[in-house]
Amino acid sequence: MSTRATLLVGLGLLVLTALAPVDLTSVGLPYPGLKRYGTYILTLWLVTAIAAMGVNLIVGYAGQETLAQAAFVGIGAYLTAIATKAGVPFGIAFAASGLLTFAIGIVLGFPALRVQKHYLAFVTLAFSVLCWLVFRNEQWLTGGVMGLRDIERPSLFGWPLRQHVRFYWFVLGIASLLTFALWWILRSPWGRAFTALRENAVRAESLGVDVRLYTLLAFALGSAYGGMAGSLYAPLVEFIDPSPFALGPSLLFMLMVVIGGAGTFAGPFVGAAVAVLLPEWLRAWETYYLLIYAVLVMIVMAVFPGGVVGLFARLLTGRARP
Amino acid sequence: MTDLLQLLIAGLATGAIYALAAIGFTLLWQTSQTINFAQGEFVMVPAFLALIAMKWFGAPVLPALLLAVLGSMLLLGAAFRYVVVGPLLGRGVLPLVISTIALAILLKESVKDFYSAEAQPFPTLLPDTVVTVGGVAVSLAQVGVLVVALLTIALLQWFLAGTRTGRQMQATAQNPTVARILGVPVERMILYTFLINAGLAAVASILISPIYLAKFSNGETLGLIAFVAAIVGGFNQVRGAIVGGLLIGVLDNLAAAYVSTAYRQAIPLILLVLIILFRPQGLLGRREERAV
Repeated sequence: MSTRATLLVGLGLLVLTALAPVDLTSVGLPYPGLKRYGTYILTLWLVTAIAAMGVNLIVGYAGQETLAQAAFVGIGAYLTAIATKAGVPFGIAFAASGLLTFAIGIVLGFPALRVQKHYLAFVTLAFSVLCWLVFRNEQWLTGGVMGLRDIERPSLFGWPLRQHVRFYWFVLGIASLLTFALWWILRSPWGRAFTALRENAVRAESLGVDVRLYTLLAFALGSAYGGMAGSLYAPLVEFIDPSPFALGPSLLFMLMVVIGGAGTFAGPFVGAAVAVLLPEWLRAWETYYLLIYAVLVMIVMAVFPGGVVGLFARLLTGRARP
Repeated sequence: MTDLLQLLIAGLATGAIYALAAIGFTLLWQTSQTINFAQGEFVMVPAFLALIAMKWFGAPVLPALLLAVLGSMLLLGAAFRYVVVGPLLGRGVLPLVISTIALAILLKESVKDFYSAEAQPFPTLLPDTVVTVGGVAVSLAQVGVLVVALLTIALLQWFLAGTRTGRQMQATAQNPTVARILGVPVERMILYTFLINAGLAAVASILISPIYLAKFSNGETLGLIAFVAAIVGGFNQVRGAIVGGLLIGVLDNLAAAYVSTAYRQAIPLILLVLIILFRPQGLLGRREERAV
């Protein structure tokens, strides 16, 4: 697709997503709009997708494994919650969440990437559990297992975002900016280097791509997406406790990206939809949801490793040339 | 001093169990480049196989334990090799990582949904008496665990170094291509590795479940520790996994007694980070070329 077509498709999707909670019956369309809970779930999907985009950058483009994305989301969430409770404006807390997680990404990634390919997985695994221990044990700061409650939603230039629909639009705006930024990065020479890396690391290195530096930056940037997602997560749910930032959710982030299609641009959105919306639809089978999900992931890995997006791409191209 | 000795023995006993899990982990990595994220669940499941044999089919303890070992080898060894790992071999490490993460969730949720979410008491064959030797109270159960685990490890080492099949397995681990050229049935050796891994996990399960009770979520911590033990000792060495397991068992017990129970879990992780910073090949490992 040409640049222009991609941008147009993106814009179209953005308008459609923005209209999802709006009642269109007044303009003659038979669509009543989403209710309060539906809007909340859709916002949660966007926040999850931002964090999943970060994982996709690390896993799908830089070819590394991260097992700490939920911990980064947690760092962003706790930082934002604590800062805004202390009276810091949301914008500053949001920027600080992104910067802090970026910095942590550099500090964690540097020693790990010095060694061997899979050591980043091990380091992030350890980091993930350590973060969770801190969230749970440092009661004076994080409220321990009781968590932090009454996290206020910010206002945008005096326009309060307390309402679900308004906050949804706010998150959608930020998500679109972050999506556009990532799209732009991946198209820049810097991003092309990633693709080169993923396709053939040895060849990329011989052509002068500093593999370690690029991988490190990809990891730090991907983690920063996690931190920023966390910064939006805290005011969305208005209450945080350690459980959504444990190791298990970090692993789920990896699965989500792979189900959607690692290394494809739309993958994280599809994966996040599967992870956030599917349990809502499978309400009746709630107990077995994770079981079904796990089997699904194993089948996807064995049968169509490109994920849902890869499968659709294959179906479409298959139809294009009969 | 006597406290320290008691803690040391308790630590070695749990450490030997960790070592069993860590050895299997290293073996799988060596022969088939499988980083098994379900290793902890592999240690959790056999206990439930034994419980099922006892509770549902009324089997006595000893046959139930034997059935657990055999069932584990069939399910977590052969079936794991052919159903989960088989289709993904040769496609790189990431698909296997993802698939084993999913398998971990599957095993955990299956036990929770179909057996019980509660911690289950588990029978032990070891005597529950405490003997005092020179002022040091030693639990015979702990000594028993240590002895059984070390015997298992010794048996494995003898098999790997002393038999023809074992040496063929080592050859497969070191260089599958050359091994194949030299006439080693590589496929069968890989299967043996998976069976041994499942067997070791079952022994670990039977030894640890009477201590910590059998619970569906046990695998999370156990898997993490097996991981850390394997890397601390040296990812490419069976000896390393043994040293790593024992070290972490002892550290864990000392940390619980002298540091804080809240951060007890953090000690092995900090050790892991230090090792990666200062001795990335592990305590006993040999250097490998960088993968990238």
